[in-house]
Amino acid sequence: MTSEDFDPNRIRKDFPALDQTVNGKPLVYLDNAATSQKPRRVLDAIHNYYEQDNANVHRGIHELSRRATVAYEEAREKVAGWINASDPSECVWTRGTTEAINLVSVAWGLDHVGEGDEILISVMEHHSNIVPWQILAARTKAKLRYIEIDDDGRLVLDDLGSLLNERTKVVAISHVSNSLGTINPVKEITEAAHAVGAVVMIDGAQGAVHTKVDVQDLDCDFYAFGGHKMCGPTGIGVLWGRKELLEVMSPFQGGGEMIHIVERDQSSWARVPNKFEAGTPNIVGAVGMGAAVDYLNDIGIERIEAHEREIMTYALQQLGEVPGVKIYGPKSVDEHSAVISFTMGDAHPHDISTILDMEGVAVRAGHHCAQLVMKHFDVSATARASFYLYSTKEDVDRLVAGLDQVAAIFN
Amino acid sequence: MESPQLSSLYQQLILEHYRNPRNKAELDEKTVEIHMANPVCGDEIRLQLRIEGDQIADAKFIGSGCSISQAAVSMMTTRLEGASLDEADALAVRFTEMMHGDDSAAKDKSLGDLRALQGVSKFPVRIKCALLGFDALQEALKKEAEDVGGEPN
Repeated sequence: MTSEDFDPNRIRKDFPALDQTVNGKPLVYLDNAATSQKPRRVLDAIHNYYEQDNANVHRGIHELSRRATVAYEEAREKVAGWINASDPSECVWTRGTTEAINLVSVAWGLDHVGEGDEILISVMEHHSNIVPWQILAARTKAKLRYIEIDDDGRLVLDDLGSLLNERTKVVAISHVSNSLGTINPVKEITEAAHAVGAVVMIDGAQGAVHTKVDVQDLDCDFYAFGGHKMCGPTGIGVLWGRKELLEVMSPFQGGGEMIHIVERDQSSWARVPNKFEAGTPNIVGAVGMGAAVDYLNDIGIERIEAHEREIMTYALQQLGEVPGVKIYGPKSVDEHSAVISFTMGDAHPHDISTILDMEGVAVRAGHHCAQLVMKHFDVSATARASFYLYSTKEDVDRLVAGLDQVAAIFN
Repeated sequence: MESPQLSSLYQQLILEHYRNPRNKAELDEKTVEIHMANPVCGDEIRLQLRIEGDQIADAKFIGSGCSISQAAVSMMTTRLEGASLDEADALAVRFTEMMHGDDSAAKDKSLGDLRALQGVSKFPVRIKCALLGFDALQEALKKEAEDVGGEPN
């Protein structure tokens, strides 16, 4: 599909936060990999929920509680649809992607990983898909192994066969890298992991934002993603898991909502997904994320993807022509999602970010919670420009013009 | 709010120290070393001092990071050689005051070249960059005081 009928300038009007000046210049927001801005429709859904329907879920008999419960469960159906889950009850609400990964590493990991077993992750992972597994490995005396990356920021999969064996209990891989933008062949990795009996967890924090996800087609076992990078609010995310795995897993946290019957010495658990949703959940967060899915569905993920591809093609070309700029990650847009990590001469990324900020251009500078990636490329930090459905070629031009200022100061 | 000017941040003196840092080397006969990092952004230094009696005989550093953090620590080391521990502490206090917007500190000649960093105080998110070296210095002075205090005589 082409993006002919797709007008980012019309879409921008849906996002109040984009319509402002920063340091006297119209805002160019290029920090979407950190979090996206929110459309009016999501803001209204949050506001209306609190103004009209607010009550606790699954508890009351009264009308407001019924409405709150319906809104909360309808949102679950929406996020299930977003990743083509066959059953909404396979979607557990979490605080975000990070909590979803921690849920699996604890509630599944502690029961299924033991001494001498292996956990396979990659050098490309966000810290949230490294540290929970390090903690699990330390607690169970399991071995943590890594898939390496090459100089174009792609996973080195030639020797995947030698990294996988019957001791491999879990393979945890990002769908799309937050620091490099690399789109990983998660379906192939899942197939190889399943061949040795390992469970596959996919970190979809960036993946579910930029590409159509079909968990049934991917055939993975767990898929985690969050609301705030895809037009929804912060503090809400989803763990999708295969029903048969979720059903046999231990609870993550104890409390209200997750129980069936509580006795003096023991309790029994509620059914999936409530078993994993102890305490009053982030109801309004779920409602907001559901509204975000509605908003994105009305536009269409395929059209968003096509638009981002066009912007990325332009950005890679324009940025590539700026003297001193070095771009990390795959060269081809087929493998490179809407994130460009770069350095520029001897100007440190913080300095680049400060100078761009004075031009109204917001980019991220730092290690992007991916210190192993920085180490691989022997840099302490990179600057990162990341795009979304409302990004325009003019945004790219403003970024490039801002880099002229960097050159003026540092050259 | 009026925007601060980039030219007040990126003074030539700062860029010059960033490109040609002073005292950036391993100190062979160090008596104290402090490793200080800013985990949010990855700025990192190791400050090494040789303290003789109550004087800093030599100060060197190894580090990587943005122009502000590296220029600040470079400038700082040039003020430390031969300074007494009290003078070093006073320098750190005065510089911190300047970073927090104290105009009298910004005019204080005892800060020397470090006054070029005054503009950083107008960029709140960058203040921690400028303070990295001085945080390490204060940590080193604290450690020195504890070590000396801990000795039997």
